[in-house]
Amino acid sequence: MSIGIKMVRRPVSETSYLRAVLKGMALTFRHLVDPHKVTLEYPDEKPQLSPRWRGTHRMEVHADGRPKCVACGLCPTICPANCIRLVPGEDDQGNRYPIVYEIDEFRCIFCGMCQEVCPVEAIHVGQDFENAEYTRERFVYDLDRLMAQDHPVTALWDPEDPLGQ
Amino acid sequence: MHEIGTLSPTLLLISHALKVVVVFTATLLLVALLTLAERRISAWIQDRLGPNRVGPQGILQPIADGLKNFLKEETYPGRASKLFFLLAPALAIGPAFVTFAVVPFAAPLPTPWGLVDMIVADLPIGILYVLAIAGLGVYGIVMAGWSSNNKYAFLGGLRASAQIVSYEVGLGMSLVPVFMLAGNVTLTHIVWTQQQELGLWLAFPLGLSFLLFVISAFAETNRLPFDMAEAESELVSGFHTEYSSMKFAMFFMAEYANMITAAALMATLFLGGWDIPFWTGDDMHVVAPGIVEGAAPAWWKTVLTLGAFGVKTLFFLFCFIWIRWTVPRFRYDQIMHLGWKVMLPTALAYIGLMGASILVLDRIGLEFGFVYGLILTAVNALATIVFLTLVDRDRVMTGSAAGRGGTHRLPQGVTATRFPAAGATSAREG
Repeated sequence: MSIGIKMVRRPVSETSYLRAVLKGMALTFRHLVDPHKVTLEYPDEKPQLSPRWRGTHRMEVHADGRPKCVACGLCPTICPANCIRLVPGEDDQGNRYPIVYEIDEFRCIFCGMCQEVCPVEAIHVGQDFENAEYTRERFVYDLDRLMAQDHPVTALWDPEDPLGQ
Repeated sequence: MHEIGTLSPTLLLISHALKVVVVFTATLLLVALLTLAERRISAWIQDRLGPNRVGPQGILQPIADGLKNFLKEETYPGRASKLFFLLAPALAIGPAFVTFAVVPFAAPLPTPWGLVDMIVADLPIGILYVLAIAGLGVYGIVMAGWSSNNKYAFLGGLRASAQIVSYEVGLGMSLVPVFMLAGNVTLTHIVWTQQQELGLWLAFPLGLSFLLFVISAFAETNRLPFDMAEAESELVSGFHTEYSSMKFAMFFMAEYANMITAAALMATLFLGGWDIPFWTGDDMHVVAPGIVEGAAPAWWKTVLTLGAFGVKTLFFLFCFIWIRWTVPRFRYDQIMHLGWKVMLPTALAYIGLMGASILVLDRIGLEFGFVYGLILTAVNALATIVFLTLVDRDRVMTGSAAGRGGTHRLPQGVTATRFPAAGATSAREG
């Protein structure tokens, strides 16, 4: 019984071991001296984030330190991951404010719809990715934490044109 | 002739002890730096950066690695033969570090108390000592592979022994022309031949020898493309699969120490050793204790020649690393084929050719010198071209499974036919 094997005849230029080795050596040497390396030395150099990057949230604050949020309830309604917990309150002048405003960053899918739907431009997704924590509980950001975030907000939102007009 | 005087017996002992300590320390240090160089050069070749965190440019990385290895757990495989398992790393590292002893690393140093040779032991048997001791290194690998009671380690040890024994033949044969030309096996004398007697580095009149020596040295040090003993993609990590902690590090150090010796030998035998090219001020040779032939020795000449030796050795070490990260591993049968059917006949034929050339030149009455060397260089260039043209064909280099004489030879019972094969149906009928 014979086994069918397809034989391919190649010219010497293709099968020459020495030429292949020398070519390979030249190639590796070119890469060796090439100063352009792809490694990003991360803690020293930060990566360039995409303009569409949506990271962990931050809450905008008024000059007197109050959150801009008016507790309208649009963001927990629109949120597809159901990660925002909002308990609205009202002060004696009739201004609504959030008593509890928590975002579970583990559940969040960073779609940015909370930012889009917010009528007062209070909640934003930010340009940030260094979110490591020691416990899972720390990933539920409360109002104070959201107000204390100091990273820039996403480039999708232009502060000059807050309502996107 | 320059008479410097000899050291008194006490000073001789001290100077030898000092040289041993300094050379051993320098080798160890170079081994440590080589592990770093290997990682960084491989990284650069692959467009990465490599370890650069520990110390400036990662220079302290080997120290961190060493500390880590000391703190690692020592593991013993359940049914290993413990005595041999323990003995193997020592047997691997011992020969690796003692072979450097016969390599002269600089011009002799004149001191107020007498002349100091810059060589640990100027043995009259020179290179034969290196061949003998380097041959011992394989015992460590074989014992490691066999005593581990692990199939991968066993296969690694098996392959390593076959490979090293095969290439030792090529290694020895490739050196015979060197002995014929230098008329001596002492490394100091071989350096002197290249400096003064011939005035030409042996890489030129004996280029094919050089090529064969380099290939054999790669096989002897188990470096890619000949790392059959390790072959991590096939054998986990070959003979040292079961080793951990400092016992593994000893195998690792042995590999790099062997590389250093091999690189130093390439430099000494074929690139003039510590000779500085185009300068006769360093052409000196110790003819008897304390008496120097040729140029006058001076301490700055010793330093300069040490630098020259270092540059040549480092160049070969770089080549070792460069080739490792370029060329893929040979298949086992290809290695055996290359060793026995290409290297050995070539080396034998070359010995014949070089012997005949030397005989003819001597009969003509040509003086042993530069012209003599140039004629040999021409003969050698021709031989090298013929060798490379013959070897650089797929049928020679693809190994025993491929064809011979232009047609591909297949195993018995296998015929090259177009698929689907007509034979398949007939076999079923029969």
